[in-house]
Amino acid sequence: MRPGWHVATVAATHRETPNAARLDLDVDGWPGNAAGQHLDVRLTAPDGYSATRSYSIASSGPTMRVVLAVDKLPDGEVSPFLVDEVRAGDMLEVHGPLGAFFVWRPGGAGSGSAGSAGAAGSDRVDARPVQLIAGGSGVVPLYAIAQAHADADDPAPFRLLYSARTPDDVYFADELRALAEASAPFRLDLVYSRRTPDGWPAPAGRITREALEAAVIPAADRPLVYVCGSTGFVERVADWLVGLGHDTRSIRTERYGGT
Amino acid sequence: MSFITRGFSGRSRDRDERLPPGQTLVSDFPVLSAGPTPDIDTAEWEFTIRTESGEHRWNWDEFMALDIDDVSTDIHCVTHWSKLGTSWRGVSLDTLFADVETEQEYVMAHSYGGYTTNVPLDELLDGKAWVAFEFDGEPLDPEHGGPARLLVPHLYFWKSAKWVRGLEMMDQDDPGFWEQNGYHLHGDPWKEERYW
Amino acid sequence: MEHVDGNWLAGPLAEFFSFDVTMATARCSGCGTVAELARAMVYRSGAGTVVRCGSCGHVLATLVESEDRAWIGFSGVSAIEVRREPA
Repeated sequence: MRPGWHVATVAATHRETPNAARLDLDVDGWPGNAAGQHLDVRLTAPDGYSATRSYSIASSGPTMRVVLAVDKLPDGEVSPFLVDEVRAGDMLEVHGPLGAFFVWRPGGAGSGSAGSAGAAGSDRVDARPVQLIAGGSGVVPLYAIAQAHADADDPAPFRLLYSARTPDDVYFADELRALAEASAPFRLDLVYSRRTPDGWPAPAGRITREALEAAVIPAADRPLVYVCGSTGFVERVADWLVGLGHDTRSIRTERYGGT
Repeated sequence: MSFITRGFSGRSRDRDERLPPGQTLVSDFPVLSAGPTPDIDTAEWEFTIRTESGEHRWNWDEFMALDIDDVSTDIHCVTHWSKLGTSWRGVSLDTLFADVETEQEYVMAHSYGGYTTNVPLDELLDGKAWVAFEFDGEPLDPEHGGPARLLVPHLYFWKSAKWVRGLEMMDQDDPGFWEQNGYHLHGDPWKEERYW
Repeated sequence: MEHVDGNWLAGPLAEFFSFDVTMATARCSGCGTVAELARAMVYRSGAGTVVRCGSCGHVLATLVESEDRAWIGFSGVSAIEVRREPA
């Protein structure tokens, strides 16, 4: 799947959270994408000025429908436009699919580790458990992975630990709940940093090392771990994971920077 | 295949006749960094000038005891933004070179964190350059190069090395960090000397 | 300024290379660590992009882009290992 520039037509846009929008794109010539990949969006002004930003893809599979969920950054140049200005029928330039590293494929390890998956279909036996850890909008590629895992009927244990600011800030809330309620071996652990739902057992606050240890698949089970969030969140979590005995080679991170 | 995105204008970009070609005006101060921001305590900071014959060295207190200039100047970044009438305080390179004897004509500026940039010596003297430690009446914050940065406002701003720790004299105009990687050896904004 | 992961390089470098550079492993000439470029630290300044070793912070690579040209430097990499597609 060689990446290339494509014209995307916005099929639909709606509020994902008070601060974010979901964009459904129909991308002409899109070759499909693996779960966890990203694309670059390029916006061009009438005077030729252009700005390009990377966004994780919330969807996967052999389809030309591509779903993004974009968080509006306070001083951003591109994200406020995508969240507040873009409407159905608009056209955007997108470049992708990009990156084969922060990717999960059914039936084996994520691609890229030495001796990647091998013959498809025959490697279910060594499918490794997967732990996903999301901070804020970092859940976008991890939601794609969780959905791909459910669609593949993969038997390996799969967990998502998701730190959101408040219950209103949870991306893909209905979809994640549905995944967690289905019989697939998927578990969702939510933590809230600013405000919890009524009656929530834990107070709001930043995720702690203890909460992380309690929620993630133990290092002894050799999970693949995918961490996505702000640079600070990812650094903190990755340090704790290494401290808990997870092999650095088994941890994949995607930090999103500002603007 | 690029096309105009409906409704997109980007950050405001104002032209002004005081600006060099290809530049637009900004009111904020974009941060450009090639690495992590070094955390340098002034108690440990020092500044050196190294020549073919030896080394001149100042610690922070010695540096603060030198003649200090108030500088008001326009600055021009190679990434197309300019800022007019910025105010700085710092020590002129004329002051720093007052007792320095050297036959070498080129300078490599070295920074904490490893960044380097090259400038001919005559572009640093005669009131053209400073080692600045205040911006807008405040100590220069680390993001903008504090405790001290080079200020060479007549060249593109990548030449104004942040976190500067010393100058090394050279026989020839060897390229610094960005100059080795695509940027112009000299960097005059009025001639648009952006790239090789 | 906060860095991002080497994954981010996939887009900017796709224009110049026929393989996904982020999946290639590179040997840092500073500390000798061998890792996928996707695991490197990427500092995106307006002037250009600086790729640093995830282990020691040594500059591995740089990318400078103008409207009509690009400069790609691998000054801190002693070799890059590119995995061939199985025949």
